[in-house]
Amino acid sequence: MEVLVYLVPLALGLGALGLAGFLWSLKSGQYDDLDGAAWRAIADDDPPQAAPKKKLGSP
Amino acid sequence: MALTRDYSHYVKELDTGIAHLDLAVEGVSCAGCMAKIERGLSAIPEVTRARVNLTDRRLAVEWKKGAVDPAALIDRLAELGYKAYPFEPVRAEIVEAEQSRFLLRCLGVAAFAAMNVMMLSIPVWSGNVSDMLPEQRDFFHWMSALIVLPAAAYAGQPFFLSAWRALRAGGVNMDVPITIGVILALAMSVVETIHHAEHAYFDAAVMLLTFLLAGRYLDQNMRRRTRAVAGNLAALKAETAAKFVGPDEISEVPAASIRAGDIVLLRPGERSAVDGEVIEGRSEIDQSLITGETRHVAAEKGTPVYAGTMNVSGALRVKVAAAAEGTLLAEITRLLENALQARSRYVQLADRASRLYAPVVHVTAALTMLGWVAWGASWHDAIVTAIAVLIITCPCALGLAIPAVQTVVAGAMFRAGVLINSGDAIERVSDVDTVVFDKTGTLTLPDLDVVNAQNIPSDVFSLAGRLALASHHPVAAAVARAAQARAPLSGAQEEPGKGVRAMIDGVEVRLGSPSFCDADGLANEILSRDPEVSVVAFRRGTQCHVFAVRQQLRPDAVATIAALKQRGIVVELLSGDREPAVQHAANALGVGIWRAGVTPAEKIARIEELKRQGRKVMMVGDGMNDAPSLAAASVSMSPVSATHLSQATADLVFLGRELSPVVAAIDYSRKAVYLMKQNIWLAVGYNALAVPVAIVGLATPLIAAAAMSGSSVLVMLNALRARHAGQEVR
Repeated sequence: MEVLVYLVPLALGLGALGLAGFLWSLKSGQYDDLDGAAWRAIADDDPPQAAPKKKLGSP
Repeated sequence: MALTRDYSHYVKELDTGIAHLDLAVEGVSCAGCMAKIERGLSAIPEVTRARVNLTDRRLAVEWKKGAVDPAALIDRLAELGYKAYPFEPVRAEIVEAEQSRFLLRCLGVAAFAAMNVMMLSIPVWSGNVSDMLPEQRDFFHWMSALIVLPAAAYAGQPFFLSAWRALRAGGVNMDVPITIGVILALAMSVVETIHHAEHAYFDAAVMLLTFLLAGRYLDQNMRRRTRAVAGNLAALKAETAAKFVGPDEISEVPAASIRAGDIVLLRPGERSAVDGEVIEGRSEIDQSLITGETRHVAAEKGTPVYAGTMNVSGALRVKVAAAAEGTLLAEITRLLENALQARSRYVQLADRASRLYAPVVHVTAALTMLGWVAWGASWHDAIVTAIAVLIITCPCALGLAIPAVQTVVAGAMFRAGVLINSGDAIERVSDVDTVVFDKTGTLTLPDLDVVNAQNIPSDVFSLAGRLALASHHPVAAAVARAAQARAPLSGAQEEPGKGVRAMIDGVEVRLGSPSFCDADGLANEILSRDPEVSVVAFRRGTQCHVFAVRQQLRPDAVATIAALKQRGIVVELLSGDREPAVQHAANALGVGIWRAGVTPAEKIARIEELKRQGRKVMMVGDGMNDAPSLAAASVSMSPVSATHLSQATADLVFLGRELSPVVAAIDYSRKAVYLMKQNIWLAVGYNALAVPVAIVGLATPLIAAAAMSGSSVLVMLNALRARHAGQEVR
């Protein structure tokens, strides 16, 4: 059972890493526009100069 | 006269040589718009960043300072097909955005702690019935303490601070028992862990915080969203003024940057954004938004002009005044202040519940402790059991019962076109038994409309509409709107004070006053039938028609009044307008109790009288003259077209052309309060089951955690029923 001595802190460390990630995402404004973020994920990211190429008919 | 637009008031300068501008954008609704706007603006080389926020319908643009004129960005957006208005977030909105971020941070910390503590608690719960060594259990307890104590200290701040504020003000709110419960649970768990005891309640305390924070965050988020929409609407109204920056040069500036003593130009068809006095020019002005009177007032040198008045015919130069004493406006402001002071603080349901709840719970805990001591238990065991009672009764479900319903109802009302301005409005609306309406702009639409459209051939109508586009006169604007005219006639000329004319295929067409079009006979005939209308005549060669224009009742006004009556609500009409106009509206709507020519002070007096009779009065009004009575009523509502002052005073604001949001607000609020009360009873029922278990000393941490989450989820699910309420108004 001595394995707990480092397994439990390891688990907590991973959890804390997750929390740090969440706080970072909050700080960088990722929760400011939830509706927009949903759409951005599926938008094509063409460079602004190039005309967006659209394939008609393809899903 | 040269006209430039000056948006420098709104541009924020960031320290790195970058200028920043926030814009409210009309018509952004999908991913396509977002990409189109961002690409369109990024194509300008000096623009360093353009980002659309789809939730708030706003756009943030940054560019190299001095490289781009903000007006050019707005023009670029117009080319892309979007109307954009510079935007200045109000203080309340900034504070709320900050609070909402803080709550989310707290929620993140609490949820992290709750999840990790569960990892430690579940082995302890199952270990207690099997073969866990006491040393291992202590180790797990200490690990839990290590996670929970800092997390609770951070994530509990919203509750601790609110409880502290309430106690310092000599009152009790729901956060007081929550704070006491959480702190005692943690303190006892630490003491128990030191003494190698079997039970620690770290998990229950942090789960409680997580559930409550989730409820509070959602509530806050809904409110923030509503406020963002209200802020956008204010920006879209674009309160600008044409200020003279040289003897013959004017600049379009935001009303907020105008100072007393400035001189502004008020063009025909424009609504004044400032208070002042006419120094040059002659015109007629429409003060209906201020006084409720729909008849136009002649304006000449020396006539006072108030923010919200519409200039009808000629251009006026107005000198901006400071808030002068003795004017109508000063009188309204004074009445408003008195009414706001007199407004009694409504005691919210949550506060009433917690006033009863806190003493009962704390007395029960004390009695449990004394009971166990009297029964012969040790002081230690008695105190542990008493604290277990406090943990079990910690008002998790009760703390969620009201915010959860509020969130769901605010969302449903938002979809029905009602924005909530003040936090306790829902509860006050649900009590309403009398609704007092203002007429002009509230029961009627704020814009003029053509009433005899069916008598005019459609080709004439559309031609008159296109010709009307060349005029700024509000009556002409009504014709253009009714004809849905898009393409102005080329070569149309306006003759100030008379009308507009143009040549089509060698035939002259005219639109304007009856004498300008030689149509006095026809116009008088219409006026003799209905003296309330304004007339505008149209002539093409020998062909002649007269349009009758007036403020129409909102399309569903009759149905809405009927729906209110059907719900047992008394409807009254108080208007500053003249008697025939008010009587006409009252008869059309079937409102029995009405008064005309009422001053702001008389409106307040009537509302006070109704309140003295024990009535709960809702006032619905839009004018500056309504603002004091909006504040005096138990609860108040304004259309979105209302003056700034009225909208800021009103508890609720409704959108669109329809009046049915008034009924929707009442229906949803009644349903909400019904569900809030039901939720409180559910929470009380849960306590009635769980408290005896705790009193006899059987409340293990497992039972506490299960009972707490069970009741919270139950209350939240019940709150979701508030999404659907009432019938549609037809």
